Parts: sequence; structure tokens; C-alpha cells
Amino acid sequence: MPLLETGRRRTKLDHSYNGPARQGPVRHISPVQLTLERIHEQNRANVQKVDPAKAPAPAPGAAARGKPRLLLMGQRRSGKSSISSVVFHKMPPNETLFLESTARIQKDSMHSFMDFQVWDFPGQVDWADPSFDLDAIFGEIGALIWVIDAQDEYLEAINRLNSTILNLQPTYPNINIEVFIHKVDGLSDDYKLDIQRDVTQRIQDELSDHGVENAPINFHLTSIYNHSIFEAFSKVIQKLIPHLPYLEALLNNCCQKSGFEKAYLFDVLSKIYIATDSSPVDMPSYEICSDYIDVIVDISEIYGWNRPDDYIERLEGPPYNKKLEDQVACKDAESCIVLTDGRRPILLREVNKYLALVAVVKEGAYSKMPDIIENVNATVGGLLQIFEITRRRQRA
Amino acid sequence: MDNLNDSTASPASEPRKQKKKKVLLMGKSGSGKSSMRSIIFSNYVAKDTRRLGATIDVDLSSVKFLGNLTLNLWDCGGQDAFMENYLSQQRQHVFSNVGVLIYVFDIESRDFDRDLLTYRSIIAALGQFSPTSSVYILVHKMDLVVPNQREDIYNDRVALIRSKSDAFAPIPFATSIWDQSLYKAWAEIIHDLVPNLDQIEKHLGELGEMIEAEEVLLFERSSFLVVSSWCSAIGAMNPTSDRFERFSNIIKNFKQTTSRYTGTPKSAEQFSLLEMKLPNFSLFIVKFTTNTYLSVCLPPGEERFNSAMENCYIARNKFEDLDAPAKKSADRGATSGATEA
Repeated sequence: MPLLETGRRRTKLDHSYNGPARQGPVRHISPVQLTLERIHEQNRANVQKVDPAKAPAPAPGAAARGKPRLLLMGQRRSGKSSISSVVFHKMPPNETLFLESTARIQKDSMHSFMDFQVWDFPGQVDWADPSFDLDAIFGEIGALIWVIDAQDEYLEAINRLNSTILNLQPTYPNINIEVFIHKVDGLSDDYKLDIQRDVTQRIQDELSDHGVENAPINFHLTSIYNHSIFEAFSKVIQKLIPHLPYLEALLNNCCQKSGFEKAYLFDVLSKIYIATDSSPVDMPSYEICSDYIDVIVDISEIYGWNRPDDYIERLEGPPYNKKLEDQVACKDAESCIVLTDGRRPILLREVNKYLALVAVVKEGAYSKMPDIIENVNATVGGLLQIFEITRRRQRA
Repeated sequence: MDNLNDSTASPASEPRKQKKKKVLLMGKSGSGKSSMRSIIFSNYVAKDTRRLGATIDVDLSSVKFLGNLTLNLWDCGGQDAFMENYLSQQRQHVFSNVGVLIYVFDIESRDFDRDLLTYRSIIAALGQFSPTSSVYILVHKMDLVVPNQREDIYNDRVALIRSKSDAFAPIPFATSIWDQSLYKAWAEIIHDLVPNLDQIEKHLGELGEMIEAEEVLLFERSSFLVVSSWCSAIGAMNPTSDRFERFSNIIKNFKQTTSRYTGTPKSAEQFSLLEMKLPNFSLFIVKFTTNTYLSVCLPPGEERFNSAMENCYIARNKFEDLDAPAKKSADRGATSGATEA
């Protein structure tokens, strides 16, 4: 059942979940489940060591072949596990303080609009060690995310990053390398930019000294305490979407025709946006759209319980005499909020189980809402078609 | 409008002007009185309260609630020196004419016996000068206790506090600024203070019945506390029992975001309409009267939704009376401007 209908904290196991809501935009998913998966993965690894043939199947949701892979790497204590917990497991940022340091490679797989895996590496792993099967690790990689702690001495981290890049470059020249300059909350804007400049300079100098020019490296300033980490991940993941240009074109069209200031296609669970129109992304509009999803999910958690059958029957009886599905105009969730300031509507429309389209509409456009909703319907139809086509092609 | 009036006493019939009754907020120093006040009435988020310093002496504030209904809130600094002062020199000044006493206990307190002792002397003073006031006990900072011990410790404390309360029957709440429990407590306290509430409730019910709603909630504009509520037989079956305070919490948090986005102050009204149409329910929140928002939860269906929304706009005029709650009988700390004039 889609998240927007029932709220995300109710897992399959406890339909009756009625616990307190948490503060802040980020929420928690059962840590027990996380631990269980981890234990399963550990056991599996142990068995594999003894007898590779007998290894049990990967835990449901754990590593599998053929999915794009994100590798999280960096020095120890730079915040890799915190990032993956906050972004993919909805852990509240302040609880990441209690995360144990990662001892072995953590593989998490995300079931969302596209399946991808996140591999969280322990900081102390040494690549020069020949016992590592480099091909198994980097073979199907989508992106390598290197996390640098901006509040710590980062020279060592940069050196290791450089040697990693130089090692990988000959064999895997197409790996996207994303450098997260992390923990920048609390640093002044000037200082952040200084650090970014310094890091960029050092890496590029070193690489060009070794004859590597134009390596595909991108830099992001991130922190788990605000939306920047989600934004950075959005950008990383967008590079892995083959049909991104088409999605963007559709959104562009929709924005133009309906007078949207900004439109995002969100993954509801992780609140990463997988596509947006071509106007520049501004943090405030991303924040409000992402928090708006939270509001909808939270409210649907309160009111999204299953009504008794006889009540539904009564609703479908006179004077309507129609099935409830036919009484609604749109089968998917739709929502709209009108801000008092400038009477600016923000609009949300469910696309499929995982995705939602959220758009900030131009001032005073509420009176044109019916037209806009038609446009959005057409756009959503287009998006679904694109997904359908790519899915068929992947199967073929 | 008319039926709202008929059963309430006219203020003119009262022999002499009553003095504004106060709401006393008391408790040990550092127990979190000012923090909760800022969150409920000044749109702070929980982590902003770290900035607050100690309250010196009494922090008087008139909180506007539901238009010209103002709460005369006395936030009393809790350091021992002040406490002694309240109990001795300022005894009559502080404890006379009290409508409501809200006493905050810190669950983490090391010296609970001493807290109880102070509480006893406060209760004694209150019994002397305002024996008719109501008392609320907030056992605060519950988030600091291990979850499975919370209930035991709480019950334990409440039993002890009850035994020391003389003739008063305190109403206890377990609260924490980090979740919605604070909203629950304050919504109940406010609920008790709003005059002609049964009238409002009756009318909400009629409205809800008419538009086939499952639940109708009336929120105060700036604090987003639930002032009044009505639910149908089906709405009452909703398994989420803490939905009011969760709702307040959700909207209040979102208001922080919208205020950042629009650059308008947090206390300003942020949105005028929120509509949600989901396959299993629809819901809208509209700006209702000047000081209230109305939230209506309906079964799905486009026609039902639109007619309900229209009906609410029509009903709005009838409820304008909420903004001028001048005619009311029980005065318990909440006084309207009209009575004062």
C-alpha cells in the first residue's frame, strides 16, 4: 500500500502502530529490522567464508546483482554510516551519535522507484590489500561517494582519496566520484567555500601531476542536520537514472504550461528528488516541498485507518449510488496547500507507489487549479509511460 | 448567532467588575516552565529553548488566545529566593485571584522530597487566597526516563503529589517538549479556560453532521491547539487516540518551514487552505474565523468534498461569534476584553 495513504511508520508487522510522532522532519524506521538484516548478512558472510557453495541467499533487501551501487567511503569517523542511516533509514540525526563504528562492509538495498544498493565501507579498509576482489566491488558501481570530515584534519583523507582514484582510474575510468565535504553545519558560509576550494585544488593538482585530467569528480557540501545531504544524494542518484533527460523534459513542459515556479519528482520514502525542472534548485523550495511530503504522510498516518465495511457500503449507497473509487476524481493521492503570503499554492500528486510530484505554483494561481490539475494529470501519465518503457527494456 | 447567545448570562448583570484572573505557572528552577510557554505561545521549536535564560522574579504576559480572550499568564521564576519571596512578602499579591495553577515537576529532580515540600507550601498559600482555583500538575522532561519505566515512575510521583494536595484535586499530565505530550496537556488546560465551549461544541457537531464529516476540529490560530472537537460514530473508531496533539505538532512544525520559506514571522498566519484527497479519506483545513482554523476529515468523494467546503464557508459567519466571546459565565483566568471595558 502506498506510503501516502497509510503513513510510513506502520510496517507490515505492526498495523496497529500508535506510538508518538517524532520531532523534526526525519523519522525512524524500526531499528530491529535493521539489526536483523545486519545479523543475517553477517551470518551469511561467516558461512560464505567456510564454504562459499553453502551460503544462504542474501537477506531480502540485501545486496543483489544488477542494481546500481553506491559506495560510501572515507576515513573512519567521517560520518559514512550516519549518512546512510539518516538518508535511507530515517534515523533522526541526533541519534546517529550512538552508531557503532562499522566493522565490515554494510550492504543496504533500497527498494524504490529503482532498486539500488548502498555499500557502507569501514574506514580502515586498505585497498592495496590484494585479498580484495576489486572487480566485485567496483564492477557494477554507480558512484563512489567519498566522505571528508570538514571539521577535522582532512589532508590524510585527501591523500587516500587521491590514491584510490589513481588506482581505479586505469581500470574503471567511468566511475562517478562524488566528494561529500561533510559536517559543514556550524561553519560559516565563507569558511565552507574556502574548504571546498582547498579540497578541490589539492585533489586536482595531485591528479594532474599523475597525468589524470578531467576525472569525473563532483563536490558537495553536506550535513545530516539539514536538507543538504538529501540534496547531494539527489544529485548523485540523478546521474544513475538513464531516462533522466526525458523526465526533465516532461517536468519542464509542465512547469511552463501550468506556471509552476519549481517542480520536483520525489522519492517519498527517502525524500530524494530524482528529477526536477531545469530552473536552478533553491534550497528553500526543496525544503518546503520535502517537509510538505512529511505533513501529508503524518496526517495520513492519523486518519488513514481502515474503515469498517458497512460504513463504506453506506457511503456507496444513496444519494451517490457509486463505488467510492468512482466518487473520487483522481485515484491517487492529491493535495494542495495555499500559503497566505502571496496566495501561493503548493501542490502534491502521487505518481506511483514510490514517487510523488511536488510543485510550487506561481502566486495567485489557485483559481486556475482545475486546469493545473489536468496538466499535472497529463504529466503524471507521461512519467508513468516512461517508467513502463524502461522497465520493459530492462526485462528484455 | 442567536442560538449562541440565548443561554449565556449577560455580563451587565454582574454586580461589579471582576479582576482578571491569573494563570500561575510555577515549579522548581530549571524545570522547564519558560520553555513550554515559549513553545506553546511564542512559536519556538524545542531546540530553540536552549537559548532561554533563567526567569527572574515573575514574567508577566498576556497571551492573546482566541482573539480578545486573553490569558493573564504569570511565569514565576523558580529559584528558591523567589519562591520564598512569593510565599512571604508577595503572598497575597501572587496568590490572590488565581484561576489556574500549573505546577511543573522535573522528573529528573534529585530531591523530590524537597520539591514536594515547596509544592505543599504553594498549595497552602493557594488554599488561603484562591480556594476555588483549579490545579494542573505537569510531570515534565519525561523524555529523559527510559521508556519502559516511564509509567511506573509517573504513577508513583502523581500518587505522592496527590496526597499532598489538600482540598485541591490536581489533574496530572506527563509531558516533554520533544513530543506532542505538551500539546495534549496545554490543550486540556486551555479547553478548561475557554468560555461558552459547550455551545461551540454543539454547533461544530451540527456542522459535522450536516456535511457527513468523520471528524471536525477547531484549532486556535497561532498556537494550533485544538480548542474544540467533534467526531462522528465512525470518527470515534479511529485507532489513533493521540491524534489531536499529533496534528497540532505536525502543523506547528510545518509552520516553521513555511515561515522560513516565505520570510514572514512565525506568528503570522502561514496558510489559508490545505486540502488532501486520498483514496481512503479526504481532509481540509481552512482559515475559519479570524482566530481559528477548521479541520474537517471526510470520507473520500469529490462531490462530498466540495459541498462540505462550501458549507463550511457558509457556516463561518455563524461562528464569527467565537472571536468575540464576551458573553460567558464562568471566569477562570480567561477574561475577555469586553468584560474589562
